Amino acid sequence: MKLKRFEEAVGFGILGLSAITVLLILCIIVFDITKKGAGAISWQFLVDFPREGMTQGGIFPAIIGTIFVTFITALFSIPLGVSAAIYLSEYAKEGRFTRFIRVSIRNLAGVPSIVYGLFGVALFVEGLRFGTSVLSSGLTLGLLTLPWIIATSEEAFKTVPQSYREGALALGATKWQSIRSNVLPSAFPGILTGGILGLSRAAGETAPILFTGVAFYLPRLPDSVFDQFMALPYHLYILSTQHHAIEQVRPLAYGTALVLIALVFMVNLTAIILRYRYRKKFSM
Amino acid sequence: MDKIVTKALSLFYGEKRILKEIDLKIPQNNITAIIGPSGCGKSSLLRCMNRLNDLIPESRIEGQILFDGKDLYAENTDVVEIRRRIGMVFQRPNPFPKSVYDNIAYGLRINGIKNKKKLSEIVEKSLKDSGLWEEVKHQLNTSAMELSGGQQQRLCIARALAIEPEVILMDEPCSALDPAGTFKIEELMIKLKQQYTIIIVTHNMQQAARVSDFTGFLYLGQLIEFGHTNQIFTIPEHKLTENYITGRFG
Repeated sequence: MKLKRFEEAVGFGILGLSAITVLLILCIIVFDITKKGAGAISWQFLVDFPREGMTQGGIFPAIIGTIFVTFITALFSIPLGVSAAIYLSEYAKEGRFTRFIRVSIRNLAGVPSIVYGLFGVALFVEGLRFGTSVLSSGLTLGLLTLPWIIATSEEAFKTVPQSYREGALALGATKWQSIRSNVLPSAFPGILTGGILGLSRAAGETAPILFTGVAFYLPRLPDSVFDQFMALPYHLYILSTQHHAIEQVRPLAYGTALVLIALVFMVNLTAIILRYRYRKKFSM
Repeated sequence: MDKIVTKALSLFYGEKRILKEIDLKIPQNNITAIIGPSGCGKSSLLRCMNRLNDLIPESRIEGQILFDGKDLYAENTDVVEIRRRIGMVFQRPNPFPKSVYDNIAYGLRINGIKNKKKLSEIVEKSLKDSGLWEEVKHQLNTSAMELSGGQQQRLCIARALAIEPEVILMDEPCSALDPAGTFKIEELMIKLKQQYTIIIVTHNMQQAARVSDFTGFLYLGQLIEFGHTNQIFTIPEHKLTENYITGRFG
């Protein structure tokens, strides 16, 4: 009897410790970056261009670039991903073919991001002649995000009770009507969360934009989707490894990291708030 | 007159035979009850009649179902149209996560009625017909999910009534309700049969005896007996029926 209790205590102890360790690592990272980066943050830092060979000034173009490219990514990957998920979850008959598609999507999610980057060069930059541009990078990031969006959307569709579909069909709705008016709205919170989380991950990627459109330094903002751009993750990479005066720009690097993390955090928070509101509205 | 007639109807899910050569005549403007133990195929039979079984992969039928003399499973049947004319109320109340008003307007909108005034008229009439109007008239814009189970089920009936079907299929409509809710639905059914042909699947024999005009007893996918409810419950012809209604199994 005593041994059993002891075993349980040890078991719980290990599980609790694992949870705390994970949390601790996150806290240390956030704390460290905040401590070292907070000093660099100022209004000027956020709205100014880099100056004096990036040793002075701010990261404004990188912030705008990241937002711009993520927007293109969203525009491309969300409609396409959600449509694919609708097909897979609502229309496709279960069989060898759909199973093959699902396995492929799962494998795509595991492809290293640098491979997407090189593929983006081949397809968008060279093949479709979009050049190194916001568009090429956005589409490449879109490809990277697609498997994630398809998988989370499909999951969201699966959680919609079958009775919503049957109820609509029994009233003489066509399949598409039942999907559009009943299935999609119910799955929307899940799709939204999945989509935004996918995008926030894309926003922090470096490898896929490396060869497809990101610029080392631009003295201006991109003026169209065919222009090059600066981006936070790449800027951070430069400041921390490629710069000629690494020690000198270290605070700026930490500042950039802090802004990137804050941006991603804010996006994720938006997802959570939106989902919460949506749920409440329908009191499900 | 017979509204729906099944001729040697068999239903298969893959290799598994769910229904076996069922011959059934559903008379118009009556309530027909289908009774039988769990798993006997009652619900499956009902779902053949609005072709909701089409949703199940690998399901297929043999035989015929005639609706006003026309084969429901003929090549050129418009399934969407059929489901508009043959409504259904499900076992668990399944209001959509929308407002009370939008739940009822749903069927109308998908059938092309856009006029606001007309929509409101029909919503009110349907809620009155289903006996829910007095309870919800001040909360038409609140979520249907906030209603009680019984109210939700009457909302689902109102939703079905709104598009003026000819037949209403009811799949154990009271199994998730308390006695008060059940009583209201039964009262409603008796009122509705003036206008509609009702088929109710139930495992509650008292309910079948109380509300129905005709009763069919289904056992292991076979129709054992069909006749006037009075006759089935007083002098059943078949031993199995007698055993079932007297509660010896089920």
